[in-house]
Amino acid sequence: MRGDFVTALNEMQLDFLSKSQNESFARVVVAAFASQLDPTLDELADIKTAVSEAVTNCIIHGYENTVGVIRIKSKLYTDKIIISVQDWGKGIEDIQKARQPLWTSKPELERSGMGFTIMEDFMDKLEIESTPGEGTIITMVKNLGDSSERNNS
Amino acid sequence: MGGIMKVKDDMLKINLRGEIDHHIASIIKDEIDRYIEKHKIKNILFDFKDVSFMDSSGVGMIIGRYKKLQKAGGKIGVIYLTPQVKKIFEISGLLNIVNCFSDEREAIEKL
Repeated sequence: MRGDFVTALNEMQLDFLSKSQNESFARVVVAAFASQLDPTLDELADIKTAVSEAVTNCIIHGYENTVGVIRIKSKLYTDKIIISVQDWGKGIEDIQKARQPLWTSKPELERSGMGFTIMEDFMDKLEIESTPGEGTIITMVKNLGDSSERNNS
Repeated sequence: MGGIMKVKDDMLKINLRGEIDHHIASIIKDEIDRYIEKHKIKNILFDFKDVSFMDSSGVGMIIGRYKKLQKAGGKIGVIYLTPQVKKIFEISGLLNIVNCFSDEREAIEKL
Protein backbone atom coordinates (compact mmCIF):
# COMPACT_ATOMS: atom_id res chain seq x y z
CA MET A 1 0.00 0.00 0.00
CA ARG A 2 3.01 2.26 0.29
CA GLY A 3 2.91 4.99 -2.30
CA ASP A 4 -0.87 4.94 -2.59
CA PHE A 5 -2.61 8.16 -1.65
CA VAL A 6 -5.71 6.36 -0.51
CA THR A 7 -5.60 3.25 1.63
CA ALA A 8 -7.21 0.23 0.04
CA LEU A 9 -10.30 -1.20 1.74
CA ASN A 10 -9.05 -4.70 1.20
CA GLU A 11 -6.31 -6.60 -0.61
CA MET A 12 -5.69 -10.12 -1.77
CA GLN A 13 -3.05 -12.17 -3.52
CA LEU A 14 -3.46 -15.52 -5.22
CA ASP A 15 -0.79 -17.78 -6.71
CA PHE A 16 -1.76 -20.76 -8.82
CA LEU A 17 -0.39 -22.98 -11.58
CA SER A 18 -0.84 -22.11 -15.24
CA LYS A 19 -3.31 -24.92 -15.92
CA SER A 20 -6.34 -24.18 -18.06
CA GLN A 21 -8.64 -25.59 -15.36
CA ASN A 22 -7.57 -22.61 -13.23
CA GLU A 23 -9.04 -20.05 -15.66
CA SER A 24 -12.50 -20.50 -14.16
CA PHE A 25 -11.03 -20.75 -10.65
CA ALA A 26 -9.24 -17.41 -11.06
CA ARG A 27 -12.18 -15.45 -12.42
CA VAL A 28 -14.54 -16.83 -9.77
CA VAL A 29 -12.11 -15.88 -6.98
CA VAL A 30 -11.70 -12.33 -8.29
CA ALA A 31 -15.46 -11.99 -8.80
CA ALA A 32 -16.09 -13.15 -5.23
CA PHE A 33 -13.52 -10.65 -3.94
CA ALA A 34 -15.01 -7.84 -6.06
CA SER A 35 -18.47 -8.64 -4.69
CA GLN A 36 -17.49 -6.87 -1.47
CA LEU A 37 -17.96 -3.61 -3.40
CA ASP A 38 -21.48 -4.60 -4.38
CA PRO A 39 -20.93 -4.24 -8.14
CA THR A 40 -23.74 -4.63 -10.67
CA LEU A 41 -24.08 -7.95 -12.51
CA ASP A 42 -22.78 -6.32 -15.69
CA GLU A 43 -19.72 -4.96 -13.89
CA LEU A 44 -19.06 -8.38 -12.41
CA ALA A 45 -19.37 -10.02 -15.84
CA ASP A 46 -16.88 -7.48 -17.25
CA ILE A 47 -14.38 -8.23 -14.47
CA LYS A 48 -14.73 -11.99 -14.92
CA THR A 49 -14.20 -11.69 -18.67
CA ALA A 50 -11.12 -9.48 -18.33
CA VAL A 51 -9.54 -11.79 -15.72
CA SER A 52 -10.25 -14.80 -17.90
CA GLU A 53 -8.50 -13.15 -20.86
CA ALA A 54 -5.49 -12.16 -18.76
CA VAL A 55 -5.05 -15.61 -17.21
CA THR A 56 -5.51 -17.33 -20.59
CA ASN A 57 -2.76 -15.09 -21.99
CA CYS A 58 -0.37 -16.21 -19.22
CA ILE A 59 -1.11 -19.87 -19.95
CA ILE A 60 -0.98 -19.79 -23.75
CA HIS A 61 1.50 -17.01 -24.44
CA GLY A 62 3.50 -16.49 -21.24
CA TYR A 63 4.17 -20.12 -20.43
CA GLU A 64 3.17 -21.62 -23.82
CA ASN A 65 1.30 -24.43 -22.08
CA THR A 66 4.18 -25.36 -19.78
CA VAL A 67 3.59 -25.15 -16.04
CA GLY A 68 4.50 -21.94 -14.24
CA VAL A 69 3.05 -19.72 -11.56
CA ILE A 70 0.45 -17.05 -12.19
CA ARG A 71 -0.04 -14.38 -9.54
CA ILE A 72 -3.16 -12.26 -9.20
CA LYS A 73 -3.19 -9.30 -6.85
CA SER A 74 -6.25 -7.21 -6.27
CA LYS A 75 -7.10 -4.13 -4.23
CA LEU A 76 -10.51 -2.74 -3.44
CA TYR A 77 -11.24 0.96 -3.02
CA THR A 78 -14.60 2.58 -2.39
CA ASP A 79 -15.01 3.38 -6.07
CA LYS A 80 -12.83 0.92 -7.97
CA ILE A 81 -11.05 -2.41 -8.11
CA ILE A 82 -7.46 -2.80 -9.25
CA ILE A 83 -6.40 -6.21 -10.53
CA SER A 84 -2.93 -7.26 -11.64
CA VAL A 85 -2.10 -10.55 -13.33
CA GLN A 86 1.53 -11.59 -13.51
CA ASP A 87 3.54 -14.39 -15.07
CA TRP A 88 7.25 -15.17 -15.26
CA GLY A 89 7.05 -16.54 -18.76
CA LYS A 90 8.49 -15.51 -22.10
CA GLY A 91 7.22 -11.94 -22.17
CA ILE A 92 5.87 -9.88 -25.05
CA GLU A 93 8.23 -8.73 -27.82
CA ASP A 94 6.02 -6.01 -29.22
CA ILE A 95 3.32 -4.71 -26.87
CA GLN A 96 1.85 -2.30 -29.42
CA LYS A 97 1.31 -5.16 -31.84
CA ALA A 98 -0.11 -7.43 -29.14
CA ARG A 99 -2.71 -4.80 -28.25
CA GLN A 100 -4.04 -4.58 -31.81
CA PRO A 101 -7.48 -6.13 -32.29
CA LEU A 102 -7.39 -9.45 -34.18
CA TRP A 103 -3.60 -9.69 -34.11
CA THR A 104 -2.38 -12.98 -32.64
CA SER A 105 1.01 -14.64 -32.43
CA LYS A 106 -0.73 -18.02 -32.38
CA PRO A 107 -3.26 -18.26 -35.25
CA GLU A 108 -2.60 -22.01 -35.42
CA LEU A 109 -4.20 -22.35 -31.97
CA GLU A 110 -7.33 -20.58 -33.24
CA ARG A 111 -6.73 -17.58 -31.04
CA SER A 112 -9.00 -14.72 -32.00
CA GLY A 113 -6.53 -11.96 -31.15
CA MET A 114 -9.19 -10.22 -29.08
CA GLY A 115 -7.77 -10.70 -25.57
CA PHE A 116 -6.28 -7.27 -24.93
CA THR A 117 -9.08 -5.57 -26.87
CA ILE A 118 -11.65 -7.16 -24.56
CA MET A 119 -9.65 -6.27 -21.42
CA GLU A 120 -9.33 -2.70 -22.65
CA ASP A 121 -12.98 -2.44 -23.55
CA PHE A 122 -14.45 -4.12 -20.47
CA MET A 123 -12.21 -2.36 -17.94
CA ASP A 124 -11.49 1.35 -17.51
CA LYS A 125 -7.73 1.14 -17.63
CA LEU A 126 -5.19 -1.41 -18.88
CA GLU A 127 -1.42 -1.26 -18.43
CA ILE A 128 0.96 -3.82 -19.83
CA GLU A 129 4.56 -4.18 -18.63
CA SER A 130 6.65 -6.91 -20.16
CA THR A 131 10.27 -7.91 -20.53
CA PRO A 132 11.08 -10.64 -23.03
CA GLY A 133 12.48 -13.66 -21.19
CA GLU A 134 11.35 -12.37 -17.80
CA GLY A 135 7.60 -12.12 -17.86
CA THR A 136 4.57 -9.91 -18.06
CA ILE A 137 2.40 -8.03 -15.61
CA ILE A 138 -0.84 -6.46 -16.64
CA THR A 139 -2.77 -4.11 -14.41
CA MET A 140 -6.44 -3.33 -14.89
CA VAL A 141 -8.73 -0.86 -13.17
CA LYS A 142 -12.51 -1.04 -13.12
CA ASN A 143 -14.39 1.98 -11.79
CA LEU A 144 -17.46 0.96 -9.85
CA GLY A 145 -18.92 4.20 -8.58
CA ASP A 146 -19.26 4.77 -4.86
CA SER A 147 -20.43 1.62 -3.08
CA SER A 148 -21.94 3.55 -0.15
CA GLU A 149 -24.10 5.48 -2.61
CA ARG A 150 -25.10 2.28 -4.36
CA ASN A 151 -26.03 0.68 -1.06
CA ASN A 152 -28.15 3.64 -0.06
CA SER A 153 -30.00 3.93 -3.35
CA MET B 1 -18.56 -31.60 -21.34
CA GLY B 2 -19.47 -28.09 -22.38
CA GLY B 3 -22.28 -29.08 -24.70
CA ILE B 4 -24.79 -31.59 -25.98
CA MET B 5 -24.57 -32.46 -29.68
CA LYS B 6 -27.47 -33.41 -31.93
CA VAL B 7 -27.26 -34.23 -35.63
CA LYS B 8 -30.15 -33.52 -37.99
CA ASP B 9 -29.42 -34.29 -41.65
CA ASP B 10 -26.28 -32.29 -42.39
CA MET B 11 -26.75 -29.88 -39.49
CA LEU B 12 -25.11 -30.18 -36.09
CA LYS B 13 -26.93 -28.51 -33.22
CA ILE B 14 -24.92 -27.86 -30.09
CA ASN B 15 -26.47 -26.93 -26.78
CA LEU B 16 -23.53 -25.17 -25.17
CA ARG B 17 -23.51 -25.20 -21.39
CA GLY B 18 -21.85 -23.29 -18.60
CA GLU B 19 -18.73 -21.22 -19.13
CA ILE B 20 -16.94 -21.25 -22.48
CA ASP B 21 -13.31 -20.37 -21.79
CA HIS B 22 -10.00 -21.62 -23.23
CA HIS B 23 -10.19 -24.84 -21.21
CA ILE B 24 -13.71 -25.78 -22.30
CA ALA B 25 -13.39 -24.36 -25.83
CA SER B 26 -10.49 -26.68 -26.68
CA ILE B 27 -12.51 -29.69 -25.52
CA ILE B 28 -15.64 -28.67 -27.48
CA LYS B 29 -13.56 -27.88 -30.56
CA ASP B 30 -12.20 -31.43 -30.82
CA GLU B 31 -15.64 -32.89 -30.22
CA ILE B 32 -17.24 -30.75 -32.94
CA ASP B 33 -14.51 -31.59 -35.43
CA ARG B 34 -15.11 -35.31 -34.85
CA TYR B 35 -18.81 -34.78 -35.59
CA ILE B 36 -18.04 -32.75 -38.73
CA GLU B 37 -15.91 -35.59 -40.08
CA LYS B 38 -18.14 -38.46 -39.07
CA HIS B 39 -21.51 -37.05 -40.04
CA LYS B 40 -20.49 -34.91 -43.03
CA ILE B 41 -21.79 -31.81 -41.27
CA LYS B 42 -22.47 -28.76 -43.45
CA ASN B 43 -24.00 -26.26 -41.02
CA ILE B 44 -23.69 -25.76 -37.27
CA LEU B 45 -26.22 -24.21 -34.93
CA PHE B 46 -24.98 -23.06 -31.53
CA ASP B 47 -27.61 -22.67 -28.81
CA PHE B 48 -26.33 -20.30 -26.10
CA LYS B 49 -29.39 -20.52 -23.83
CA ASP B 50 -27.43 -22.24 -21.03
CA VAL B 51 -24.17 -20.32 -21.44
CA SER B 52 -23.41 -18.00 -18.54
CA PHE B 53 -19.98 -16.89 -19.74
CA MET B 54 -17.80 -16.79 -22.84
CA ASP B 55 -14.44 -15.14 -23.52
CA SER B 56 -12.27 -14.69 -26.62
CA SER B 57 -11.37 -18.39 -26.62
CA GLY B 58 -15.00 -19.08 -27.53
CA VAL B 59 -14.65 -16.55 -30.35
CA GLY B 60 -11.59 -18.39 -31.67
CA MET B 61 -13.42 -21.70 -31.45
CA ILE B 62 -16.37 -20.39 -33.50
CA ILE B 63 -14.17 -18.67 -36.11
CA GLY B 64 -12.19 -21.90 -36.49
CA ARG B 65 -15.37 -23.93 -37.16
CA TYR B 66 -16.61 -21.21 -39.52
CA LYS B 67 -13.45 -21.48 -41.62
CA LYS B 68 -13.81 -25.25 -41.70
CA LEU B 69 -17.43 -25.23 -42.84
CA GLN B 70 -16.97 -22.34 -45.23
CA LYS B 71 -14.82 -24.45 -47.58
CA ALA B 72 -17.86 -26.62 -48.32
CA GLY B 73 -20.27 -23.67 -48.40
CA GLY B 74 -21.52 -24.34 -44.88
CA LYS B 75 -22.70 -21.74 -42.39
CA ILE B 76 -22.93 -21.11 -38.67
CA GLY B 77 -26.07 -20.05 -36.87
CA VAL B 78 -26.52 -18.93 -33.26
CA ILE B 79 -29.61 -18.64 -31.08
CA TYR B 80 -30.40 -17.25 -27.62
CA LEU B 81 -27.32 -15.14 -26.95
CA THR B 82 -27.17 -14.10 -23.30
CA PRO B 83 -26.16 -10.45 -22.58
CA GLN B 84 -22.52 -11.21 -21.64
CA VAL B 85 -22.12 -13.46 -24.69
CA LYS B 86 -23.75 -10.88 -26.95
CA LYS B 87 -21.25 -8.27 -25.82
CA ILE B 88 -18.38 -10.60 -26.78
CA PHE B 89 -20.01 -11.31 -30.16
CA GLU B 90 -20.37 -7.59 -30.83
CA ILE B 91 -16.88 -6.47 -29.85
CA SER B 92 -15.19 -9.33 -31.74
CA GLY B 93 -17.15 -8.78 -34.96
CA LEU B 94 -18.45 -12.36 -34.79
CA LEU B 95 -21.92 -11.16 -35.78
CA ASN B 96 -20.49 -10.40 -39.24
CA ILE B 97 -19.77 -14.06 -39.98
CA VAL B 98 -22.47 -15.95 -38.10
CA ASN B 99 -26.23 -15.78 -38.58
CA CYS B 100 -28.25 -14.83 -35.52
CA PHE B 101 -31.75 -16.36 -35.40
CA SER B 102 -34.64 -15.95 -32.98
CA ASP B 103 -35.23 -19.69 -32.50
CA GLU B 104 -34.32 -23.17 -33.72
CA ARG B 105 -37.14 -23.31 -36.26
CA GLU B 106 -36.06 -20.14 -37.99
CA ALA B 107 -32.44 -21.33 -37.95
CA ILE B 108 -33.30 -24.67 -39.59
CA GLU B 109 -35.41 -22.88 -42.18
CA LYS B 110 -32.83 -20.26 -43.12
CA LEU B 111 -29.45 -21.87 -42.63
